[in-house]
Amino acid sequence: MTDIAATPRPSSGLAALFRHGRYVIGENKVTGFAFGLFIIIVLAAVIGPYIVPHDPLASDTAAALKGPSAKHWFGTDQLGRDVFSRVVVATRLDFFIAVASVALVFLMGGLAGVAAGFFGGWTDRIVGRIADTIMAFPLFVLAMGIVAALGNTVQNIILATAIVNFPLYARVARAEASVRREAGFVQAARLSGNGEFRILLAQVLPNIMPIMIVQMSLTMGYAILNAAGLSFIGLGVRPPTAEWGIMVAEGAAFMVSGEWWIAFFPGLALMVAVFCFNLLGDGLRDIVDPQRRT
Amino acid sequence: MTAIPLLDVRDLTVEFQTRRGIVSAVQHVNITVAKSETVAIVGESGSGKSVTSYAVMRILDRAGRIAEGSVMFTNIDVRQASEDDMRGLRGREISMIFQNPRAALNPIRKVGRQIEDVLLEHVKAAPSEVTEKAIEILDQVRIARPRERYHAYPFELSGGMCQRVVIALALACRPQLLIADEPTTGLDVTTQKTVMELVVELTRSLGMSTILITHDLGLAATYCDKVVVMEKGHVVETASARGIFTAPEHRYTRKLMRATPRPGVTLRDLLPEEETPSAPVATITKLLVADRKPLLVVEKLLKEYPRKGVEGVGGVMTKLLHRSPAPEPEIFRAVDGISFAVHRGESVGLVGESGCGKSTTSTMVMRLIDKTDGSIIFDGEDIGEIPAKQFAKLPMRRRIQMVFQDPTDSLNPRFTAARAIADPILRLSDLKGRDAIRARCEELALQVGLPVEFLDRFPHQLSGGQKARVGIARAIALKPDLIILDEPTAALDVSVQAVVLNLLQDLKESLGMSYLFVSHDLNVVRLLCDRVIVMKSGKIVEEGPTERVLFAPEAQYTRDLLAAIPHPTFEPVHADATRVAAGS
Amino acid sequence: MLGMILKRVMFAVPSLIGVVIVTFLLTRALPGDPAAYFAGPAASQEAIEQIRVKLGLDKPLIVQFGNYVNDLAQGDLGNSLTTGQPVGKEIKSRLPASAELTLLGLIVSILIAVPLGIAAATHPGSLLDHTCRVVATAGVSLPVFFTGLILVYIFYYLLGWSPAPLGRLDVFMSPPPQVTGFYLIDSLIAGNLEVFWSSLKQLILPAATLAIFSLAPIARMTRASMLAVLASDFVRTARASGLSPYMVIVTYAFRNAMIPVVTTLGMVFSFLLGANVLVEKVFAWPGIGSFAVEALIASDFAPLQGFVLTMAIMYVALNLIIDILYGLIDPRVRLEA
Repeated sequence: MTDIAATPRPSSGLAALFRHGRYVIGENKVTGFAFGLFIIIVLAAVIGPYIVPHDPLASDTAAALKGPSAKHWFGTDQLGRDVFSRVVVATRLDFFIAVASVALVFLMGGLAGVAAGFFGGWTDRIVGRIADTIMAFPLFVLAMGIVAALGNTVQNIILATAIVNFPLYARVARAEASVRREAGFVQAARLSGNGEFRILLAQVLPNIMPIMIVQMSLTMGYAILNAAGLSFIGLGVRPPTAEWGIMVAEGAAFMVSGEWWIAFFPGLALMVAVFCFNLLGDGLRDIVDPQRRT
Repeated sequence: MTAIPLLDVRDLTVEFQTRRGIVSAVQHVNITVAKSETVAIVGESGSGKSVTSYAVMRILDRAGRIAEGSVMFTNIDVRQASEDDMRGLRGREISMIFQNPRAALNPIRKVGRQIEDVLLEHVKAAPSEVTEKAIEILDQVRIARPRERYHAYPFELSGGMCQRVVIALALACRPQLLIADEPTTGLDVTTQKTVMELVVELTRSLGMSTILITHDLGLAATYCDKVVVMEKGHVVETASARGIFTAPEHRYTRKLMRATPRPGVTLRDLLPEEETPSAPVATITKLLVADRKPLLVVEKLLKEYPRKGVEGVGGVMTKLLHRSPAPEPEIFRAVDGISFAVHRGESVGLVGESGCGKSTTSTMVMRLIDKTDGSIIFDGEDIGEIPAKQFAKLPMRRRIQMVFQDPTDSLNPRFTAARAIADPILRLSDLKGRDAIRARCEELALQVGLPVEFLDRFPHQLSGGQKARVGIARAIALKPDLIILDEPTAALDVSVQAVVLNLLQDLKESLGMSYLFVSHDLNVVRLLCDRVIVMKSGKIVEEGPTERVLFAPEAQYTRDLLAAIPHPTFEPVHADATRVAAGS
Repeated sequence: MLGMILKRVMFAVPSLIGVVIVTFLLTRALPGDPAAYFAGPAASQEAIEQIRVKLGLDKPLIVQFGNYVNDLAQGDLGNSLTTGQPVGKEIKSRLPASAELTLLGLIVSILIAVPLGIAAATHPGSLLDHTCRVVATAGVSLPVFFTGLILVYIFYYLLGWSPAPLGRLDVFMSPPPQVTGFYLIDSLIAGNLEVFWSSLKQLILPAATLAIFSLAPIARMTRASMLAVLASDFVRTARASGLSPYMVIVTYAFRNAMIPVVTTLGMVFSFLLGANVLVEKVFAWPGIGSFAVEALIASDFAPLQGFVLTMAIMYVALNLIIDILYGLIDPRVRLEA
C-alpha cells in the first residue's frame, strides 16, 4: 500500500541546516538583500572603528561645517569632526544597544509570556497585569520617564527599551504557547510520560522559536529608533559620544541654515539599519508563517 | 430524451498558478446535469470535485483559470460570459452552499439582512416587501420563530440553523441549479439527515437541479439520481446511483465502494480486491475471551464545568447589571454519572453525537483531565484519584495509551517520525542507547506498515495515512493494555480509512490489547467493536453487544441515530462482486 | 449596551491605578536622593533640605503616596523650578497645541492609509499594492525626527514654500480668542481668516511628519486585514450569491476588516503620543512635549512627572474610547454580556 508523499529532504545535521538556510535566503530576493545589508551592518559595527579614515572625536575647527568632499565623504560637523567616521563608529553603539535590548526583552518577556501561555492560572494573571500596566503608558513616554528617573546612561536606555517592549513580546509568546498548550502533540507528550516543564522546553519552545526570532528582528529596529529618539531629546547618550540619534540632534539646528549633511547622514544610517531589520523580520515571517504574509 | 441539458460541462480543464509552476487541478472532465436532476460528484481529497463546481460558477481563486473545454449553462457560455453576466447568474440562476455554515455567513450582519441583500440584488421589490420575503424564506427552511430569528447574528445560532440560513440564501431567488459542496460534513448524523431532506424537499418542489459534492458514496446514492466519480482531477465513471452502487465498473469506483463501511460486510471486505492481507496472527484474544476479567471499570463518572461568565469580576458585574436572576443553571454537566466496563481483549465502541460527552469521558479515562466525581478503576487500581498532572510520571502511564483524531495535530511539527515514536520509549521504558531505540522504532514501523525510510521525515512530508500510522506506532510502542481511539479515521479519506481500520484490528489481536473506540460513525463501530455504548447529553442511553444494539436497538435515540445514516434503497454490493450487466 | 460601556469603564480603572502607582514610584523610588532631584542641580544643601520637608519626602512611602494621590485629585502637580508656575496650569495651557497637531496628523494619516490599504488589498500585485507595501515597510523605518528635519530642509530651506519652523503662528500675529485652544477652529469662530491660514501653514509640516509616521502601521494593518477578510468564507458566499462588487467590498468585507484596524489604533496612539514629543522639538512647537523636553534639559523634575502622568491618563482615556468603539462595531462583543 503506497501513499503519495512529498520528496524527502536530507536528514538532520549541519549540512541540512546550511541547505535550509540557503534555500530560505535564496527563495526571496528581498530577504536575501536584507540579509546582505545585515552583514554589512554587523561588519561596520565590529571592525568599523578600526578602519575609519579619521578619528571620530578629533575636532578641527578650521575645517568645520564643510560639505561632503573627497577628504570628508560625509562632510564635517560644527566642531570639524568627520561625519563619515562618526556615522560608522556609531554603528557599534547603536547596534550594541539594539542587540542588548532585544536579548534582555527576549529573556524577560519571551520566557514570561511562554510560561503564562502554557501554564495559565496565576502565572498568566501576574504577567498579564505587569504587561497591562506597562501598556497603559505611551511607550516612548514611559521610556523617557524611566531614563530620566534612573539616570542618563546607556545601560538605562537598554533597560528602558527592554521594559517598554516587554508587553509586546510577552503577548506574542503567550499567544503561541497558549495555542500549543492543548495541541494534540502536547497531549501525546503527556501520554508518553513527559512532565509539564519538559514538554514546555523540549517540545513547545522549538515550535515557538521561529516566531520569536521574527519578532526579535522587528524589535531590533524599534530598539534603535527608541534609543535614537531618547538621545535626540538629550536622554541617555551624551556628547561627544558618536551615536546616530545625538548626531541628528546636534545637526538639527544646522538643517535650517542649509548644512544638511550633519544631520542627514546619521539619519540615513538610522533609516537603513531599521529598514534592514524590518525587511529581514518580514522576510523571515513569510517563511515561517506564510499565512501572516504582509 | 434529447432535451438540452441544464448544465453541460465538456472537456473541462482547470489550471492553477502555483509557486511550483502550473498545476492542473481538473482535466478533461465531462458532466451533464438535466433539468430537475440530482447529480452527485464523489471523490476523495484532491479529486477536483470542488474545483469543478467553482469553475462552473466562475468563482475560482485568482490563481485559477479555465484552460480548456466549455461550460454551457442553458445556452450561456460560462467561459466567455462577462463578469456582469456571471454576477447576474450567481445567486439567481445558479447558487451554492458550502461546508462550515457558520463561517459562510457574515458574522456582524443579521441573517435576515443577508437574505435581503441577495433578494435586493436580483429581484425588483420594495424594501418592505423584501423583509417580508426574507422572513417567509426563513420559515420555508424550517427555522422556528422566523420573525425573531431574522434579527439574529450567526454566532447566536446553532450549526444546523446556520446551515438552514445558508440554504435560505441559496434558494431565495429560486435558482435553476443548486450546488451543494459538502454541506453536511462536520454536522451530526441526525442534523445531516434533516439538512439533506430539507434540501431535497425544497429542490424537488421547486423543480431545481442539484449537484451534490461529497466524499460519502452512501450519501450520494441515497439522495441522488446520478453519480459522477472523480479521481485526481479526472472523471472515472458516471452512472445512475443504482448502477454505481450495485455494479460499479471502474477499478477506483469499486475500491471506493468496497472501502465504505456499511452493514453486512467485514473489515477485510473494505480492502481493495487485489490486496490479500496476511492472515491474522494466532489470536491471543481467543485465550482472553475466556478470561473476561474487567480491565477498566468506570463507575458514576461525573464531570462538571462552571458556565462561562460566572467567575471573577466579570461575573459579578454581569450579575449586578442583570435585573432578573440568572436564567440557567451555572454548572454544565459534560458527563453525568455514567458507569461501564471494558474487558480484556474487548473492543468497546463509545458513540454519540457532538456534545454527548464521549470525548470528555475518554479524556478522563486517559487521565489527561481530572474527574469531578466517580471512580475509574484500571486493573484493580483506582487511577481516578491520582491527579492528571502526576499521572504522567507513573509507570502505570504506559499501560493506557491513545490514538488521536487529527494525525497532523498530534505530531510535533519539529520532530521526525522516529523521534515522535521514540518519545514514550525514552520517557517510560528502560530501553537505552540510540541503536536499541532506533531498532525498536523500525520494528514498530514495520508493524504498522510504515516503510522504514519514512522514519526520518517530518510530519509535513508525510501523507494523512502515513501520519496516522506514526500515531499508531507511538501508541503501541510500550505494548499498552488499553488503547483509547478518539475518532482515529475521521480525518482520513475512505480508502485510507479502510486500510487503517484493518491495521488496528490486526494489531489488537496480535498484541492482545483492548480498545475503547470513540466515534460518531456507527458503520465503523459496527466493523471494529464487540460492544457498543450509546451516549447522549452526558448519559448512557443504551449498551450491549454490537450486533444487538445496531440491529435491534431498544432506545429511541439509537433508532434515530441508525435511521439517520444514509442508506440507499437498493441492495448493497457483495464482497466478491464481479462484472454484472449494468441495470437500467 | 450601557452595560458594555460600564464594563469597559470598570476595566480602565485598574489601568489608571497602575499608572498612578508607577509614576509615583518613578519619582520617589529613585537611586539617590529624590529631594536633590526636585531641588535642582544648582541647589545648596539647605535648599535640598527645605525641599525635602516641603514636599514631604522625609515621610514614609505610604504617607507620601497618600499625599500624592490627594494632590492629584486636586490637580496639584507641583511647581516648575524654572518658571515657578504650577505644573498643572502650564500643562493645561499647552495641551491644545499638542492635541491640535496630533489630531490633524492622525486624521490626515487615516484618510490616506485606509483607502490605500483597501486599494492594495483589492488589487493585489498592482502598482498600488507595491506602493502600499513599500510605504508600510519604509514608513515604519523612518525616524520621525529625521522625517521632520528632511521636510523642513526641503520645503523651507530649499523650496521656501513653508514658513520657518518657529511655532504655531507667524511671529507677527497674535492668537485668536480662546474657545477650544485649537487655532484652526478658534480663528474660524472669530472669523479671522488671516490667522487661520497662518496657523494652517505652520501646521502643515509637523502634521505631515506625524501623518507619515502613523501612515505605515495603519496602511499595513488595513491591507492585511482586508486581505484576510477577502479570502474568508463569508465573502466567498457573498460573491457566490452574485452581490455587486460594492456590496461585497464595502458592506461585507470592509466593515469586518475595520475591526482589527480599530484595535490597532490603540497602538498607533501610543506611538503618536511618543512621536509628538520628538516632532515638537524639531518644530519648536509649544506643546506639552517640548515642555517636557525643556524640563529635561533644565533637570526640572516636577514638570517631567506631570507630563508622564498626563500623557498616560490621556492614553488610558483614548484606549477606553477605542474599546467602546470596538464594542459598538462588533455585535459579538456587544451582545456578550
